[in-house]
Formats: sequence, C-alpha cells, structure tokens
Amino acid sequence: MTPQTTTTPDQGEVARICDAFQSDPHRMLDILRDVQDRFRWISRETIRTVAEKTALSEIAVEGVASFYAFLSQEPKGAVTIRLCDDIVDRFAGLPEVTEAFENELGIKIGETSADGAYSLEYTPCIGMCDQAPAAMINDIVLTALTPDKVREICEDLKGGKRPQDLVSHRFDDLTPYERAIRMVDNNIRHAGAVLLGTTPADAGLKKALDLTPHQIIDSIEASGLRGCGGAGFTSGRKWRFAAETPAERRVIICNADEGEPGTFKDRVLLTERPHLLIEGMTIAARAVGATEGIVYLRGEYVYLRELLQDVLDDRRARGLLGERIMGMAGFDFDVRLQLGAGAYICGEEGALISSCEGLPGEPKTRPPFPVTRGYLDLPTVVNNVETFCHAARIIDRGAEWFFEMGKKGSHGTKLFSVSGDCLNPGIYELPYGLSIRKLLELAGGEDAAAVLVGGPSGTMIARDTFHRELTFDDLATGGAIVIFSSNRNILEIVEYYMSFFVHESCGYCTPCRVGNVFLQKAVAKFRQGLANPADIEYLKDLSSTIIETSRCGLGMTSPNPILSTLENFPLIYSAMVKPSENRIRATFDIQSAIADARHLAKRRSHIFDKDFGE
Amino acid sequence: MTELPKARIATASLAGCFGCHMAMLDIDERLIELMTLVEFDRSPLTDIKTFTRRCDIGIIEGGCCNEENVHVLQDFRKNCDVLIGIGQCAIMGGLPAMRNAIMHSDEPLRECLEEAFINGRYIRNTTHNIPNDPALPLLLDEVYACAEVVEMDYNIPGCAPTGDVIFETLSKLLAGKFRGFERETIRFD
Amino acid sequence: MSDFTFTIDGTEITAKEGQTIMDAADDAGIYVPRLCDHEGLRHQGGCRVCTVKADGRSVSACTQPAAPGLTVENETPHINKLRRDLVEMLFHEGNHLCPICEASGNCELQAMAYRLDMTAPTKFPYLEPCRPVDASHPDIALDTNRCISCGRCIRASQDVDGKGVFGYVGRGIHRHVAANGEDLSHTDAEVTDFAISSEVCPVGCIIRKRIGFATPIGEREFDKGLIGHKISAKRDD
Repeated sequence: MTPQTTTTPDQGEVARICDAFQSDPHRMLDILRDVQDRFRWISRETIRTVAEKTALSEIAVEGVASFYAFLSQEPKGAVTIRLCDDIVDRFAGLPEVTEAFENELGIKIGETSADGAYSLEYTPCIGMCDQAPAAMINDIVLTALTPDKVREICEDLKGGKRPQDLVSHRFDDLTPYERAIRMVDNNIRHAGAVLLGTTPADAGLKKALDLTPHQIIDSIEASGLRGCGGAGFTSGRKWRFAAETPAERRVIICNADEGEPGTFKDRVLLTERPHLLIEGMTIAARAVGATEGIVYLRGEYVYLRELLQDVLDDRRARGLLGERIMGMAGFDFDVRLQLGAGAYICGEEGALISSCEGLPGEPKTRPPFPVTRGYLDLPTVVNNVETFCHAARIIDRGAEWFFEMGKKGSHGTKLFSVSGDCLNPGIYELPYGLSIRKLLELAGGEDAAAVLVGGPSGTMIARDTFHRELTFDDLATGGAIVIFSSNRNILEIVEYYMSFFVHESCGYCTPCRVGNVFLQKAVAKFRQGLANPADIEYLKDLSSTIIETSRCGLGMTSPNPILSTLENFPLIYSAMVKPSENRIRATFDIQSAIADARHLAKRRSHIFDKDFGE
Repeated sequence: MTELPKARIATASLAGCFGCHMAMLDIDERLIELMTLVEFDRSPLTDIKTFTRRCDIGIIEGGCCNEENVHVLQDFRKNCDVLIGIGQCAIMGGLPAMRNAIMHSDEPLRECLEEAFINGRYIRNTTHNIPNDPALPLLLDEVYACAEVVEMDYNIPGCAPTGDVIFETLSKLLAGKFRGFERETIRFD
Repeated sequence: MSDFTFTIDGTEITAKEGQTIMDAADDAGIYVPRLCDHEGLRHQGGCRVCTVKADGRSVSACTQPAAPGLTVENETPHINKLRRDLVEMLFHEGNHLCPICEASGNCELQAMAYRLDMTAPTKFPYLEPCRPVDASHPDIALDTNRCISCGRCIRASQDVDGKGVFGYVGRGIHRHVAANGEDLSHTDAEVTDFAISSEVCPVGCIIRKRIGFATPIGEREFDKGLIGHKISAKRDD
C-alpha cells in the first residue's frame, strides 16, 4: 500500500468520528487525535463540524487543536516522521540521521513533501534515550538509528511499505507485546525485588479483597511509599484525602505521561508489568471507593496502546475489571485509556486532568487539589505508573517488607532510567540510597563529568559531588539519570533544556511563558561568547523571579538547568563572559543589521565597511 | 565660594521627531539656572557637529533606524561618561519601531520601503523608485532601542517628557541626588 | 464557618468564608496589584502580578483562599520587584509602544508600570510578535500583538455576555487570544458587549473603532491617579 496523500477531510467522516465518542466534549482529545490520524490535519471546516457535534464553540475546539504538538492545523504528510530531538539523541548522532532523512525525502525539518506523502519534524524526548537516536514514524517507533538505516527505511517507505512493515514483514501476525518489544528494547539492566523481579499475578489484589479500604490505606501509608513521578508526595495520604472527601463518584488516574527528558522507566513497566499497574489501580480504587479509572498514556507511547487495550480487555474478561471484581459485591471499577498528543505539561497532575477532560493541557488552580476536586470535579487520585505498581506489591508482600528497603524517608526500590555517555544504558531497579558513583559503576559511566539527576527540572551535578545519594532528601528524582562525559558542552546542554521548557510551557502564566524565553536567549548569548559579567547576575535574578511567581511545577523548576550548572559548573559561565568594549554591546551586530539594506541599495556602507570610500 | 567646573553636555537626535529636544526647551526660564551648571558641547542646539572633548553627559533622543544612528550613538558612548536616553523612541524604539511589527514577508525591508515609496495608498512617486542616493545612510533591518546597541545609564520616559521632568532629572543628576522618578511624574505618552 | 481575620502587611482584616485573599483585601480597601483579575469576572491567576507571600509562600492573591490567621505580605520591596519583573516581561513580550497606542493613559499595563516604578522596559529582549491585525468587524478591531493573555475578554464574553466571542489558541509563548471562528466579523460580537467595553481589555488589544482619541492624552483614567487608588480610597472612607 502506498502512503495516502493528504485529502480534504470528509466532514461526514469527521462527524462519524465524533459519534464514536458520543460527541462527548470531554473526549475532545480522542476525537481530534482520530481526525488527525485519519486526515493528517484539522482544517477550519473540521473544527466547525467538531464544534457543532460537541456543542462547543469553534474557538474551544481550536484551543485544543492548537495546543497539542501532535495535532496540526496544516496538512501533514501521510507518513509523519518525528525525530527525537533530545540532547542525548543529538550526542548519539541525530544530526547525521536528520541529514539522511532530509536527503532521502528531499524535504527539510519542519516541511511536508509537495505530494503530501511525508512530513519531517523534530519532537522533544520520546522516552528512548537508552537507544538513541530514535524516531516515531506515525505510530511506529524506530530506535538506534544510523544514516544507513535511514536510507533503508526511506527506500522501504518509497517502495510502498507501511510504517509497521519496517518493524517486521509479518507485523500483522504479531501480538501487541511482540510488536512492542520488536520496536523498543527494554534494556533491563538490574531487576530489583519489587517491580522487575518475580511478581505473582494479582496476588496483591486478592489480598486487598480481605482488607477494608482503611486497612489498605494504612498499609500503603505504613510502607512509606512516596510518589515516583518526581514530586514524592506520600501516596497513602493522597489516597486517604480522596477517600475522605464525600462524593458519589471518585476517580483513579494513572499518570503515564512520562515526559521528563531522560526518563523511560514507565515505558518498561507499561511493556513488562501492565497487569501489575492495573492491579495497583484496582487496589487504589477499592481503597478510595473509586469506580472509574483512566490511564493517561503520553502520545509518544502510542505504540503501547494496543498492548494496554488488550490488557484491559483481558482483565475485564477475567472479572478483574468491571462490575463485581473477583466476585465481590459492590467492587466495581473500570479503566479507560486516554492518549495524550505531545505535551510535556500534561505530566503535571492538574494539566493531565484538564487533558483527560478534553481541554488544553493547562494546570488547574490549586487549591482545590485533585484529591478533593479533580477530574470532572470529582475526588481524584493521580499517581505515577511506578507508584501503582509498588502499591500492588506492597499489599501482596506487606508494608514492612517495603519499608525495610531503602533509607529513612525513602523506602523501597526505585527504577532509574540511565542514559547518555555510559556503556550500559537502561533500567536499574535499586533500593533508594545508592550513591551516584555506585550507579555510574553499574552503568559503566565512570568517565562522567556531569550527571543530570531528575531530568532538566532536577539537578546537574559535577564529579566532586558524585558521593551524593539518590533519596528524596538528597537527590530526588522521578528516575532520570543522564550521564555526560567531559567531551560534552555543558552550555549546549543547558541551552537545549531551556528551549525544551520554552516549547513545553503551556503559556498560562506570565513568568513561565515569557521568562523562559528570555532565559533561553541569555544562555544562547553565553554560548556565543557575547555575554557580559553582569549577565550571570541577570540569569540568577530572572530565574528566581520565574521560580517565585510561576503557577505550577514547570515554571518553578524550569530555571534549574541554569541554576544547578551555575552552582556546580561556575567556570563554564565565567569563562564565557567579557566586559563590553567601550560599553558598546557585543550582541548588536551592525554587519547583519545592514546586510538587507546593503543588498537592496546595491552599495556598501560609508561608515562600517572600512575599506570603502577611503 | 569656589565655582565648580561646568558639566559638559552633548545631545543628539537619532530616529526621533526632535520633540524631545523641543521639550528640553520647555525648561523655559530655568534654562538660565541650568546654564550656570552646564555647558553644551556637540548638539543640534549648538550646531557643534563633533565632540570638542570628552563630555560628562550625553543625551540621546530617538532609537536607531539606520547605520548613521548607530555610528552616532556609539560615538556618544565612547565620548560621554553618562548616557541618558530621553523619550520612548530612545528607550524602546518608539514610533519608528512600528515597522518592526508590520513586516510579514521574507524581505521585510523591501516590503517596508516599497510600501513607503511605491505602493502606499497616498504615494505619488512618478519615478517608482526607492530613493537611493549614496549620501543616504543604510537602513537597519529593524529599529533598535538605544539600550540594544550600547549600555545606557539612565532613561527619561515620556513622549515627550515634560520640561519639568527633564529639568528635575538633570538637576538631581548633576547634584548627585537622583534616586528615581516621582511616580506621579512618570508617563510613557 | 463565620467571618474570620487575617493580616496583610500587619493590618488585620476580616474575611468571609470562600473569599480569596484579594476579595478580602479589596473589601478592606487594600489594593493588591493585578492585571488578569477584574471585578465581576472569574479569577484566573495567570498574570501573577498579584503574587503575595502567604505565610511565606508565594501565591496568587486572586486565587488563594483567605484563611484564619494567615500572614500575608503584599507591599514589600521584594514582592514589588517580582511584580515589576512580570510587568516588564509583558512589555517585552508584546508590542507596547505607548505613544502609538490609543489605550495609552487608560492602559492598566502602563499604569501598573507607573505604580511599580518601571520607568523603562529595557531589561529583556523585545520579542516583537508580528500577528496580523483583525479589522474585519465594522466597529471593533483586534490587535493581539498587544495582548497580555489576561483572558478578561474571554471570561467577560462567556460569563457576562453569554457569547463566547474570544478564546485562547496556541501554547507557550505562542498562546494568545483569538476570535471565535475565522475572524471578528464572523462572530456575534457587538460594540455594546461587556467584553468589548473599555474596562475589560486592560491594554490596547481590543479596539473600538472611531473613538480612540475622543479623550485627549493627559486627561485619561490613569492621568487622574495611580492604578488601584479607587480601592485604596475605600480604606480612607
């Protein structure tokens, strides 16, 4: 089958897509995703149809369509190639891979071929840092790309192969699990006792039936389990708040919007432990009295959609989801899958809820907190994939078993996603409390000059502090460990991460929307050697304003790449500054400023072209 | 009482309307008072075209829209201890900077000039040419605020600032007593 | 819960249950600077100019519920510095050339700059957006290059006019207000809408045609007094 060229969307079919979701405005993201998949864009006319069907205004639909990176208001190619633009991919050969794609397809990044067959674009971290450079080709993921591989891929596509045929010539015969592991390696380097070792099926859920909701929450609280997404809120308390809020309905949401650059642990859990995840959610549902669940899967992990859908179907068929779970009267709980569409901010729990409601992924005003008023104003527990998996194991093995592992205040094990300059990138399940040095030894990353713990919103540390420990009290992390050798340019890394935050800010509040742009520009100045000594103070000052005034966690942490490198690598900044000569700004370049006029007037400058007119 | 040496002031109007210079004259009879403290060097008010010597204060009206503006501003920065921007054009580009936001094509400068000299609704230009005398300074790609080109020490806002604000600010600066503007006197229009 | 008290800059004030810090402050005649908040409209908490410290923690006064015994800092040099930075960011984000803007003198962004001693927006680079002006409507024009994303027009149109003429589009630095559908002429916007009235758009983004300079510069709203003086005046009564 040859890739279909872009068509003018048939509005009848757009309407049918709406019907498939009962034209429910809360399913807007699903509707627009399907329209995008079908027609490769969301036209003005489509917006009108969707607005009519869902009884929303056009601007409300357009607000959603224009918010998510995977939705487009311009026609995209039938095959859309999204190259992961993360710094790890860049260091792993992305420039050469990009060039190969550009040459083979005859289009540049950001362009769509004239026949509508291909689009080529960059996208931030798609969670494949352990096998970079990686790309999404429609819903297919390809990893460890090289220019040679790219030439093969393009030849195959031009020869009429579907993107899925690139994975296997008998793709259609494979199970969803087989498809997933053929596309993406798990790279499990160290299996710990809790998650990646042996996990007996639904053992926790069985035990949960014999416990009262109170006892479940007590047990989770006693285990010391804290949220594994990065913020580290005590999970038991979260559950208790939701359980105690009077309500007719309550909701359990799994945050599988693993977007922090350098993090890919949930990808592995979703592939290898999907039943454990749903088991954990089901236990949470019993604990807080919830009947509805949502797994919010980041759009980049769309390749896992079928796998998860199958797991849900299977569990429903086996009475592990739906009404009277395991035969217990009154224990009703079901889960739906919600796909994201390219927005890092949706990892923030309020934004994630907005997104589940079919809105742009904007964080919600707090208070009220989701545990009292979340999804559709219902009490809602939002936990990370890993957290739910832990919960299921805790109920099976007991709070004490979990509590004993790790360190005081940081109990149990943690999955670390290790990538960058090391021999063994991949997943390490280890008890909390390990030092960075120890982890580097395990991963074969002893040459590290810098380690980014917790992704760009975390901390970048230097060699002299590799004794620091991975705990909530020392180096807290949602799991990302990115290793950089001494060959890497720290300022390049910092500038990349700032451009990431600029791209991912939702734009709701001033400091994050605007301030991050200025931070990025300032770092660029340092890289170009155009910064003044005063610019160091400017970076600190602007960062602190952004942190102190931002509305959500994104803005409160976005200056971290700058602040932690200013603290731990001060010399790279001070080496790049010089006082301006005669107090004339080095950033103003008269030659480029008059280039256009020179060209238009077909003459040179009497003043600034030194050899001229003398 | 020993007389202090007079402060030397230079002024220039770059891409402005000369309104801020006119506003300086609105200091009215207090000019006499001011003149006991200062003397003017290079300035359109004295018609001195180049610096006769280093100045204490340079006052800049207007932003930079062409190469000559840049040249003059850089010259002022080199020859003045303290540089003061006066009026919105110097501070943020002002009216001339309107062109920065109305250019949508790949060749914004051409678009701008063609609109101004050829295509504009009220243009009667029988030659259909964009003026291009060799004596005309080259235009910049966009209009720049002074602080984008050189470091500025102070800015007096307004379009134009009132004579009162100019007088107050200069007097306080000369006396080393400037601590910021009175809120009630700040205006950007 | 009945009425309770808390303090703002050391002054004890009374609040009713359900009030935000700003609601209670307004009633007490204490002005908390704000741009995206407007009397009669839902609170948004987007501009962050109303940032205060509540028991030491930064919060937006317009959305943070008042609580018994809370210690709120409002007018401190540090907080006003943060606010000045935010206002300056907005000046650099859009095209705010006061001398050519008909909102000058009535503009809350400009007035906030005056109040916060921001004399010259020179701290940051100018971003100079280049969006086309929507002048399609016979009575109204929309220049989103001056939009500060306060969203007051959106809420006014939805909640007061019952229309939904405006909404946000885009993300991050590209986020801005846009008209429902193709352009303004395709909406049911009328110049008599509350959303279009002079009090809703704090800047010169929504323009009512043909009346721009009816009131001369120098005799406009904030030529008469600092922004917020009407709220502070309550306290003096």
